Amino acid sequence: MNAKLRLFLIENAVVILFILLIAFAIPVSRLPGKFLLQEILMRLGRNTFLVLALILPIMAGMGLNFGMVLGAMAGQMGLIFITDWGIVGIPGLLLAVILSLPISIVLGWVCGSIMNLAKGREMVTGFILAFFMNGLYMLIVLYAMGSLIPMMNSELLLSRGYGIRNVVGLDGVRQCLDNLIPLHVMGLKIPVFNYLIIAGVALLIIWFRKTKIGQDMRAVGQDRAVSGASGIPVERTRILAIMISTVLAGIGQVIFLQNLGTINTTSSHEQIGMFSIAALLIGGASVTKASIPNVIVGVILFHLLFLVSPMAGKNLIGSGMLGEYFRQFVSYGVIALALVLYEWKRVTQENASRATLRGGAAPSAAKGGAA
Amino acid sequence: MEGIKRFTADFGLPRLIITVYLLLLFASAPLVGVNLSASFSDVLIRVGMNGIMVLAMVPMIQSGCGLNFGLSLGVLAGLLGATISIESGVVGMAGFLVAIVVAQSFAALFGFGYGKLLNRVKGGEMMISTYVGFSSVMVMCIAWLVLPFKSPTMIWGYGGEGLRTTISVEGFWRHILDDFLVIRIGENFKFPTGAVLVFILAAFLVWVFFHLKLGTAVTAVGSNATYAKASGINVNRMRIVSVMMSTMLGALGIVVFQQSFGFIQLYDGPLYMAFPAVAAILIGGASVNKATLVHVFIGTLLYQGILTMTPAIFNAVLRVDMSDVIRVIVSNGMILYALTRKMKVAK
Repeated sequence: MNAKLRLFLIENAVVILFILLIAFAIPVSRLPGKFLLQEILMRLGRNTFLVLALILPIMAGMGLNFGMVLGAMAGQMGLIFITDWGIVGIPGLLLAVILSLPISIVLGWVCGSIMNLAKGREMVTGFILAFFMNGLYMLIVLYAMGSLIPMMNSELLLSRGYGIRNVVGLDGVRQCLDNLIPLHVMGLKIPVFNYLIIAGVALLIIWFRKTKIGQDMRAVGQDRAVSGASGIPVERTRILAIMISTVLAGIGQVIFLQNLGTINTTSSHEQIGMFSIAALLIGGASVTKASIPNVIVGVILFHLLFLVSPMAGKNLIGSGMLGEYFRQFVSYGVIALALVLYEWKRVTQENASRATLRGGAAPSAAKGGAA
Repeated sequence: MEGIKRFTADFGLPRLIITVYLLLLFASAPLVGVNLSASFSDVLIRVGMNGIMVLAMVPMIQSGCGLNFGLSLGVLAGLLGATISIESGVVGMAGFLVAIVVAQSFAALFGFGYGKLLNRVKGGEMMISTYVGFSSVMVMCIAWLVLPFKSPTMIWGYGGEGLRTTISVEGFWRHILDDFLVIRIGENFKFPTGAVLVFILAAFLVWVFFHLKLGTAVTAVGSNATYAKASGINVNRMRIVSVMMSTMLGALGIVVFQQSFGFIQLYDGPLYMAFPAVAAILIGGASVNKATLVHVFIGTLLYQGILTMTPAIFNAVLRVDMSDVIRVIVSNGMILYALTRKMKVAK
């Protein structure tokens, strides 16, 4: 029993650490519980979908999909178009999603193909690809829209006559998803419809894992060479995983932005990758394993930290910026930590298996550090 | 035809395109009324500013640690050196040297720890170095808020907390290298002799290092770690040496950058500082596992050339400033190209 408990503690070390951290920070922040609860309920509805987009690439052994930013760009472009055309409400959101689909499918295919060229370096490639595509996105949004791509609503354009303004208000679709099924419990607003969508996608992912393609994806994630030898089209499966992830990220970004109600044209998408990945990792996922509970726990913990750390920093040291920097440190740091743990484990295992090849040498030989 | 093909293959197509693009920019400069000598001068000043940070990429690439996206650690050491130097109140060349000496000691320390960490995660260095760099920048953000600096040039006046976001080095060691033995021709041309000399000197030292026994061992580790181990080289130690060297060069690089730029940028400033350096050396023709000094020189010149000339020409011709977008596409496109291509270097 004791051993079991220890295993549980080790496996959930990250989650436990963050629960302790938050348990300390909440009272220090002196934020009222009801406010926190309302915020978390809202943020669960806003961010969970995006984080769910990360699961399939992890299953396919491609690690954390930093390229999900590409999908977010597609979603954003969809929203810019419907705002331009003045289509409001749920039809507007639907149209935004439909417009984002072809873009995110193409981007997902590009991303998957490029990652296939850089096997074993998918994460850093996706990370840089996101920057690269951001350049193309800027080119389209800031220079082509309004000049090459006709825009109807001149209020969206910069004063120079082309290019989208820095901030696009989504008044027509603001929170229309959140309020579709209004539910108030004890003064708390609950975005029921968002939860339904999220539950639907979660079920879809669970179902997908059990299909033939889903099984193939897991096999590819386990061992590319063996899967290839047993007839699974490895490259195609990997591209598919990234495409689905990109499409989900596009839809997720639409949900995310309808809640916020404004698009920061040049920056709304940039941080999405990092925040979603950090949330997933805080929820106890790793580079090779992520489940739906990880997603939900992660979103709750990450956003609690997000909410309380500026105030906690202010009350503790008298500096609001300190909490803000601490929060950013945690976002970056948890990603660094997860990556280190993952690679460390991999290197240790490689060394251990090499040691056994040498004729069952003691595992301590693995510490010698063969490269 | 065959000759052209081979030349393209050897030189690398992206590098060829970028060179042609840059030449076109220079060629069109007089036509659109951009002052050519001022442009040349700008490019040279920026080469002097950024060269050493590009040079910092070489040791880690050579030892097989990949592109040092964690250069920000070196930059942070450089910032510590610069701020402590200003706090000490020493001005002029002496102050500049204080900054460098302090920066180097911090860089050696940071580099050692960073190297130790990277030894544990062989094969996954690039992504980890990126995020270790990012999180260190954030730790230092907190440090800039709470460190007990007193110098009035550096702290906020009433109502502020911690150090300023940008600190002017004017009156301390601004342009101390740029103006050293400076050559001025005409009104617009200025050759930053001191900065270029320091860049060349640093490059020469790196060249010497890689021709010593230690440097050869580092290269051997990068070329084939198993073989190096079999020949009795301590792989982990060589990697730490390379990481420390890279970090220390980064620290030197940022101090040289600051004296030319005139400001110390704290807080978020160093977050993305590694990326231009990475892009520059790749544009120069380096790959993820092979880099030479020629790559450093060509790369810095091409990259800074594009950065200087693009806005000048585009503003003059189109009246739009697309330079930022072009910079983002070119530099990240170059990194992507290097990550995806087969391991081959351009000559």
